[in-house]
Amino acid sequence: MTAETIAPADAPAKRVVPARTAIRRSFSSPIASLIVIVITIVWTIPTVGLFVTSVRPAGDVANTGWWTVLAHPAFTLGNYQTVLFQSTFGASAGLMPYLVNSLAITIPATIIPLTLAAMAAYALAWVRFKFSDTVFFIIFALQIVPLQMALIPLLQIFTWLKTIGLDFTGTYVQVWTAHTMFALPLAIFLIHNFMAQLPSDIMEAATVDGAGFFKVFRTIVLPLSTPALASFAIFQFLWVWNDLLVGLTFAGGTPDVAPLTVRLAQLGGSCGRNWELLTAGAFISIIIPLVVFFSLQRYFVRGLLAGSVKG
Amino acid sequence: MASSTLLAASNLSDAGLKFFNSFGTVITFLAIVLAVFWAAGRATGRFYKPIAIFVFLGPAIALLLIGLVFPAILTFYLSLKNSDGSTFIGADNYTWAFTNSNIQDILITTLLWILVAPIVTTLLGLGLALLVDRLKLQAVYKSLIFLPMAISFVGASFIWRFVYEARDPSQPQVGLLSQIAIWLGAKHPPNWILSHPLNTFLLMVIMIWVQTGFAMVILSAALKAVPDDVIEAARMDGARGGRLLFYVTIPMIRNTLIVVLTTIMITTLKVFDIVRTMTGGNFGTQVLSNEMYTQKFVFFNDGRGSALAVILFIAVLPLMIYNVVQLRKEREVR
Repeated sequence: MTAETIAPADAPAKRVVPARTAIRRSFSSPIASLIVIVITIVWTIPTVGLFVTSVRPAGDVANTGWWTVLAHPAFTLGNYQTVLFQSTFGASAGLMPYLVNSLAITIPATIIPLTLAAMAAYALAWVRFKFSDTVFFIIFALQIVPLQMALIPLLQIFTWLKTIGLDFTGTYVQVWTAHTMFALPLAIFLIHNFMAQLPSDIMEAATVDGAGFFKVFRTIVLPLSTPALASFAIFQFLWVWNDLLVGLTFAGGTPDVAPLTVRLAQLGGSCGRNWELLTAGAFISIIIPLVVFFSLQRYFVRGLLAGSVKG
Repeated sequence: MASSTLLAASNLSDAGLKFFNSFGTVITFLAIVLAVFWAAGRATGRFYKPIAIFVFLGPAIALLLIGLVFPAILTFYLSLKNSDGSTFIGADNYTWAFTNSNIQDILITTLLWILVAPIVTTLLGLGLALLVDRLKLQAVYKSLIFLPMAISFVGASFIWRFVYEARDPSQPQVGLLSQIAIWLGAKHPPNWILSHPLNTFLLMVIMIWVQTGFAMVILSAALKAVPDDVIEAARMDGARGGRLLFYVTIPMIRNTLIVVLTTIMITTLKVFDIVRTMTGGNFGTQVLSNEMYTQKFVFFNDGRGSALAVILFIAVLPLMIYNVVQLRKEREVR
């Protein structure tokens, strides 16, 4: 991976213009470089410590600090084997079921809101009707409702559904639904902004050729909106994967449904000092976001820039 | 050995079933969408457009009404009732929130969070944005500083719990912070997480660690958008170094600075994961959003939990409105 490909949103940096060089020079000193290097090292060390600890044997971890690893170079993948598959931390089968849950929650909780939001955004942008601007503005304004406001009543709705025979408690359905609902305002807003800027003559030409709204949506609007859809998909994937509050509220703590974050948060409270296992567990939970982040950094940054006000 | 093979097999079938459910749901969902499109696409005449609007917009609006609008209203309503929602008690839950000394401490801690963490983060991010662009390996530095943003708060909390791990000084240390304190000459470094009020600041470090990269990337983009001729003109007028920075560059990116600050404030106000994972709200570190969860799911007090949610909502509201309006303005300019 070259330095160029992992640069977050700073492609123009290569073309250095005179005035900018000047302002840069006015801050330029070896001390400034040193500050950045020191901060970068400080920012990286905690994660390195976690990773190094997770691949050291238990005895070494208990008796020496991870920074002495070069003096005691011993490595093992056994910790990962143990946390994933063995009955540690009181769970019957390690973290593996929770890892599976995280994936099983995240994929539908990304695709479903993405689809529904794309449909709604298209209708608001191109199937104009009398109140379409008002509806868009209300959806846009719903971003101000924090998650916390909706949790208790939504839980009561699920309890009420159970009394009329629709029992979703203890299933993924609750978690998917909650994530979908909370994702929609931001998703519709972002995707609408992109779709509204598509050239109208393509749409008109297709309509003249006899294509209806549904065909235009599937064959023209969706393919052209790929950048916005990708940005939101990555943003939402990371958001759901890293979420604790929704998971904790709607999935409970059982290995049947609960995602990795919920399980780790439980362990944080209950589990003692087996740092080689705790660090391995934590590393498993962060490796997927890190891979997504490094491979799709550009899209992620774009989503973040646009979506920083997600409630 | 046999039992572990058995376990692996049960793991595998469990995973298979879950993925089957998960992918099955996605495929069923997409199939239904396509089927509805196909059916609705056959409609003709004056009903065609209303049907299309209903099909495209209906599901999203229904979910928003059930999932956000109705619950938000219900939360207001529940906050005026007692613990199980059976009796109407007026503003008692709010009186409780502002007079109970425990909750007052929590509100003060929360206030400390939203003042310290966002300001430190924004300043650090601004400093880095100004400094990093000149360096040769800037992309590497940026990526490494930005990286914690991809990690969940739960994961970040584990990383930092390990840094803050404290042991008796007679034993070898495994926590980096204790070891550094000893290297620097401390005889008895404290048990960091237990020492109030230091522990709240140590938890803030996690928030700062996660969010600095976000502030840096956005401010760096804003700095690059400052037009060259403005800088050039200021230089012609003799502005250099610090003056150029404080009188020209920073005013030019003022809006972005405020958006970054308020965005981090909103995130901070709702910080839940860090406190929950690090201390569970004990040792004097409790904050509003975690207390709300505790009231609802530990004490089963819907009324008080809802009242705290409403307080949180009212606290976030001005920041959110500012951000949303700002974002809208920026989009109109583009």
